[in-house]
Amino acid sequence: MVTRYMLGNEAIAHACLEANIDFASGYPGTPSSEVIDVLRTQKERPFYLEWSVNEKVAYENALAAAWCGQRSLVTMKHVGLNVAADPLMTSAYTGVTGGFVVMSADDPFAHSSQNEQDSRCYARFARIPCLDPSTIQEAHDMIRDGFALSEEFGLPVLFRPTTRICHSKSDVVLGNPGTEHRRGVFTKNPAQYVVIPAHTRVLHKKLNEKQPVIARRLVDLGYNRGWVKGKTAVIASGIAISYVEETIPGDVSLAKIGAYPIDEEWLGDFVRQHDTVVVIEEGAPVIEEIVRQVAGTVTVLGKKNGYAPLEGELSPRVCEAIMEKAGLLTFSPYPSTAMAEGVPPRPPILCAGCMHRAAFYAMKKVYRDAVYPSDIGCYTLGIQLGTVDTTICMGASITVASGISHSGEERDIICSIGDSTFLHTGIPGLLNAVYNGADITVMILDNRITAMTGHQPNPTTGCTACGSPAPQVSLEAICRSCGVPFVETIDPFDLTGTLEVLKEAKQRKGVRVVIAKQPCVITARRAGVRRKRYAVDTEACTGCRACVRYGCPAIEFSEEKASITDLCSGCSVCAQICPVGAIRMEGRT
Amino acid sequence: MNESFDVLIVGVGGQGTILASNVLGEACLIEDRHVMSAETHGMAQRGGSVESHVRIDGIYGPLISPGTADLIIAFDMLEALRYRHFLKEDGKMIVNSAVVIPTSAFQKDLPVPSHEEILERLGTPAPCVIDAAGIAVEAGSILAQNIVMLGAASHFLPLASDSLTSAVRSLVPPKTVEINVRAFDMGRDAARGCGT
Repeated sequence: MVTRYMLGNEAIAHACLEANIDFASGYPGTPSSEVIDVLRTQKERPFYLEWSVNEKVAYENALAAAWCGQRSLVTMKHVGLNVAADPLMTSAYTGVTGGFVVMSADDPFAHSSQNEQDSRCYARFARIPCLDPSTIQEAHDMIRDGFALSEEFGLPVLFRPTTRICHSKSDVVLGNPGTEHRRGVFTKNPAQYVVIPAHTRVLHKKLNEKQPVIARRLVDLGYNRGWVKGKTAVIASGIAISYVEETIPGDVSLAKIGAYPIDEEWLGDFVRQHDTVVVIEEGAPVIEEIVRQVAGTVTVLGKKNGYAPLEGELSPRVCEAIMEKAGLLTFSPYPSTAMAEGVPPRPPILCAGCMHRAAFYAMKKVYRDAVYPSDIGCYTLGIQLGTVDTTICMGASITVASGISHSGEERDIICSIGDSTFLHTGIPGLLNAVYNGADITVMILDNRITAMTGHQPNPTTGCTACGSPAPQVSLEAICRSCGVPFVETIDPFDLTGTLEVLKEAKQRKGVRVVIAKQPCVITARRAGVRRKRYAVDTEACTGCRACVRYGCPAIEFSEEKASITDLCSGCSVCAQICPVGAIRMEGRT
Repeated sequence: MNESFDVLIVGVGGQGTILASNVLGEACLIEDRHVMSAETHGMAQRGGSVESHVRIDGIYGPLISPGTADLIIAFDMLEALRYRHFLKEDGKMIVNSAVVIPTSAFQKDLPVPSHEEILERLGTPAPCVIDAAGIAVEAGSILAQNIVMLGAASHFLPLASDSLTSAVRSLVPPKTVEINVRAFDMGRDAARGCGT
């Protein structure tokens, strides 16, 4: 045993090694990505691992390995589970033989997400066990034991950490990586693996019969526990438990929920020993609904009657305020504070020298009065440049564009989608747009990497998750095979060339694809690409702000003159924009 | 409730706040103490405002509540002002004298408070202002600003200076150990007389 200071996701990854993991797959998504990233670079235990092209693909690969008796992990963010929901729902029927842990990381407050959905609802929907850790150490221990639990129940186990578990750090006690390895063997059993109606009806019944056994076992294992101390109680789950513990008075009972389904008999026993019960949980009122079912005459306070917020994330202060409102605390131990006013906001921004900014600039120049559906990636930050009109979920740029085009909208429609997102769920939308005769331009922002989540390789990169060489997929060939007649690849740092191709695309009808190709500036720098920086000739600068409007963080402006900081990576686009030629490569006059 | 020593490290994505918080965490391990921290990851890092919460001897969750931080280490003056309300009444602030003006402020021509105005608004107790860039360059690399700031903050941390230096040695790239240790020592010297 060893104690290390580590990120929640690192601790989760290490626990998989301790649990003799044989197979891992996933699709990157904040806050889940580091689990596979740690596993793919570790040297302690060899096993099969892949970054898959989307969550459904990842899920089915890992499920199959578990069918072959291997201990298998699939990781994704909460919205990724929507993509994987199809196999999720029916894999509860088929069950598994090898331990199968499905990590779906939730993001209350949507720090880096398009919604605040609660993965626990999926576990309830699919009727599979769900583990919900309250600390990093607990996350580690739950994953370590989760594979065996999955084998015991013969079901996938959903593991649901939140951002404040995944992206927090603490001292964690680790065990040794396991040394057992299983070779997969597929044992044919159509009654289990072929879900034709005659089989699936039987499997459904078996799944339902497992439920009370699972609920009871989770109590026996200590995942759900209560301490009775008075006539009022708090029932909390996840990281909220630690927030509650910071201020809960000594005479208030506490029940900690760490796993689902919750045994209603146990819960009812705990609840009915109190007059009032306050439920504090992040996300949907999952526990609260069950508490209300078993409460009888006990008063239940929570999200449903306005005591706890339905949205956002909890914090020590919010938990304290809930307890204060419920009358458990008479005063707040936290001082009241006010944020300083008039501090200019500092939202995240596309990097200096990012190819997306260059592509968006050209897009807006040519398609002036157009509709700009977009997608999920760093380039969603193009909202600051006015080139992102819609973002809903992965792959929904092309489909939304074609839907708008068929709606009768008369303006031009040009959508943007990254390489990884295109391969994730963009291709069916493109095929559909061609098939059904949409009139749209698609700009694929191809930076050869899944950048936003931390630069994971994908089929455009040329290597696998573990660094083995892999064929680089041709986006041009994919688009052409979908039937797109106009496919052009451009270098977005060549402004003139980009504008020409976009002008030509604009004149055409039907589906046109323009692929803007240039490596991510961060990966290029890591790979040793160095370009000469640019500087402003202050005498020539007229202070017109054309470069400032470009929005590059390397460009500053003071005393009516622009200047370029050492953030400059030498993309040269600002020099091409400057109407008076005042921006030049350093060292040139 | 406040049994931990709570440090908030704030700055701009890319300035090395995560490495700085890792140094504090590693130093806690060296001293066999519990520690909890929370960080900004993902897209929010891209040049945005970032915060790392570090709770030395922390046993509850990783988040520091507004008005309760014992120490704020700000890598940028604007960020110091943005997070000022996290500081407890007699808490201490160590502030880098540099300001990175947000690009959006240039684009939208937003007013940006001056150095003097920021200092005045940071109020009392007076923050300890450090020229981290100047010191880092003198130590050997502009990139060592985060370690300069930790050196300056070391007077106010409940961790031995030796533990912090050992943590720096184990966490920075091997080729930069000497520069970073020098940066730490110079930062520590620069903050002497900041009212320990």
